[in-house]
Amino acid sequence: MFIDFFYTLRRNGVPVSITEWMTLTEALSRGLADSSLDTFYYLARSILVKSESYYDHYDLAFEECFNGIENYDRIRAKLRGLSEEFPEIREELLNWLRDPINSAYLSEEELQKLPKMELGELIELFMKRLAEQMGRHDGGSKWIGTGGTSPFGNAGQNPAGIRVGGTSRNRSAIKIAHQRKYQNLRSDLTLDVRQIKVALKRLRLLSKSGPEDELDLEETIDQTCKNAGEIELVFTKGRKNVIKLLLLMDVGGSMNPYAQLCSRLFSAANSSSHFKDFKYYYFHNSIYEHLYTDMARRERFLTEDFLRRFDREYRVIIVGDAWMAPSELVNRYGAVDYDDVCETPGIIWLKRMRDHFDHIVWLNPEKRDIWDRKSIAMIREIFPMFELTLDGLDDAVKELIGRR
Amino acid sequence: MSEFNRFLGTEKYIASEPLRNAVNVAIALGRPLLVKGEPGTGKTLLAHNIARALDKQLITWNIKSTTKAKDGLYVYDTVQRLNDSRFGDRDVSDIKQYIKLGKLGEAFVSDEQVVLLIDEIDKADLEFPNDLLNELDEMTFFIHETGETIRAIHRPIVIITSNAEKELPDAFLRRCIFHYIEFPDRRMMEEIVHVHFPDIEENLLHEALKKFYRLRRIEGLKKKPSTSELLDWIQALIAGGVSQRELKSDLIFVGTLLKNEADLLCLQENEIV
Repeated sequence: MFIDFFYTLRRNGVPVSITEWMTLTEALSRGLADSSLDTFYYLARSILVKSESYYDHYDLAFEECFNGIENYDRIRAKLRGLSEEFPEIREELLNWLRDPINSAYLSEEELQKLPKMELGELIELFMKRLAEQMGRHDGGSKWIGTGGTSPFGNAGQNPAGIRVGGTSRNRSAIKIAHQRKYQNLRSDLTLDVRQIKVALKRLRLLSKSGPEDELDLEETIDQTCKNAGEIELVFTKGRKNVIKLLLLMDVGGSMNPYAQLCSRLFSAANSSSHFKDFKYYYFHNSIYEHLYTDMARRERFLTEDFLRRFDREYRVIIVGDAWMAPSELVNRYGAVDYDDVCETPGIIWLKRMRDHFDHIVWLNPEKRDIWDRKSIAMIREIFPMFELTLDGLDDAVKELIGRR
Repeated sequence: MSEFNRFLGTEKYIASEPLRNAVNVAIALGRPLLVKGEPGTGKTLLAHNIARALDKQLITWNIKSTTKAKDGLYVYDTVQRLNDSRFGDRDVSDIKQYIKLGKLGEAFVSDEQVVLLIDEIDKADLEFPNDLLNELDEMTFFIHETGETIRAIHRPIVIITSNAEKELPDAFLRRCIFHYIEFPDRRMMEEIVHVHFPDIEENLLHEALKKFYRLRRIEGLKKKPSTSELLDWIQALIAGGVSQRELKSDLIFVGTLLKNEADLLCLQENEIV
């Protein structure tokens, strides 16, 4: 059974190694699990799982292996706890109980009384129903939440996150695992600030620079010897990151769905302290005559000045969906913003950018599948383009570091 | 079983059951305990309280971006030795006197078991944890200059905290016990506040917690207020003599909860009062 658990974990994507498995075995043989499933759950988790982003995978695996062992007290307690934080629980309970599938078991009288019930009563009723259903059926359509409409169903995506049994897999299952409250910590779903930071960390080129403040031991000894024992301290420059980064972000309408993603990228880059210099600017759709320091207040300056101000050593990341009417890219006066009079078409500006900087990449939050759209394809010809995902970011960083 | 279940929290520190479990597993197995969690959930305090609860000495090793793994083991003061050789003050052939043990070294040679806190390990260079692998595993290290091996007399209880600024290497993780401190739910938070302010008025506490959790649920806050900020806030409320009614109509002293301008603006937009 335990070996099964090991493989279930691995299948669910939790990177468990033999070392950790042996540690768990050692802990078990010392009786640390206390012969209780609860304690075992935490014990195994603390030994086997090394990042909160895997807690959810772990929960799934645990549920798969050990279902049918727990009792209902935990759901009850959880429900009560949650209802304090999420008042809407009462509504959810009501709705669930009213659902024809579930209300079939309620007497007329009970149905009438439903709306007036206290939360506590509702919970009790829910628990009773739950127990009856689980006792009576081995799956089938009368199971809790088969329609996935209630927060308690197996497809429920309620933030409260209660999942009470799936149709055929679980009979009572482990409720802690079942609640899957670590769902939003999964890292394969979204790119979070930390991961972006880790990716950006790789964006470094060390070189000796700055004040001479590190003691060069070898050289000191050499010099001291040459000095016949008279101490001669030799200092050297420390190795520092010399990468200077510019981040240019599209903040136009079509980028709105990605606003959060972009702001994560931004805050990661902004709080990464290892760059020698970091500046950011905004644009809309494509780069035209102006770049903005503040889009809302329309504070801007000439793109020409931008090119003059930053030398080719700067690494440039442009973030945008590159998705627009081709006319906005190639026509004179093509900018959608009425106050951005652009005599030169955007595409010329983009080419100027590329020619000016040695290292420049375009990150696109749109999926690769649609990259054959006209405007995206045109921009791809100018810049190396990468998806705004962790892998894409990794590749972009490699491109930025690479020698030209 | 007497060896197990040793740490139960202290009167000033409420530890959840999973956390207690993790601590005790780490102690029983002699593995380092890696603690992660939102800032302000009491990661550092945990070590202090383990030391208090078990009545052991606490050695804290604060990690900075410039910290090297070797600093924790020992430092060989070459310049001093060179200097002494010049004036002949001390016997420079005795290298031992120029070796100063670092925090990890101190923990190893201590006469009794100590709690060693390695605070914010993710601040250091990416390679830092790897450089400590063997030392934490075997609890020994070798001093090249003197040919001496320092071996832990008593395996220290090692608590490592991380803010997840950098990902830690797998090889390192494999050797640790891991625990992620969740943000306390309301009931637990009540307990925590009571520990710090035993005389707080119930009404005020309820109102404050209600506001606090509502604040945390606002999407788009850059930095969600955490436990330590809540405690500061409540202290301010008590010190300011704010009543429940006043608090109900206005978020008083919000500056203790939200620490940057953008968040305050965001709060105004959301109007949670």
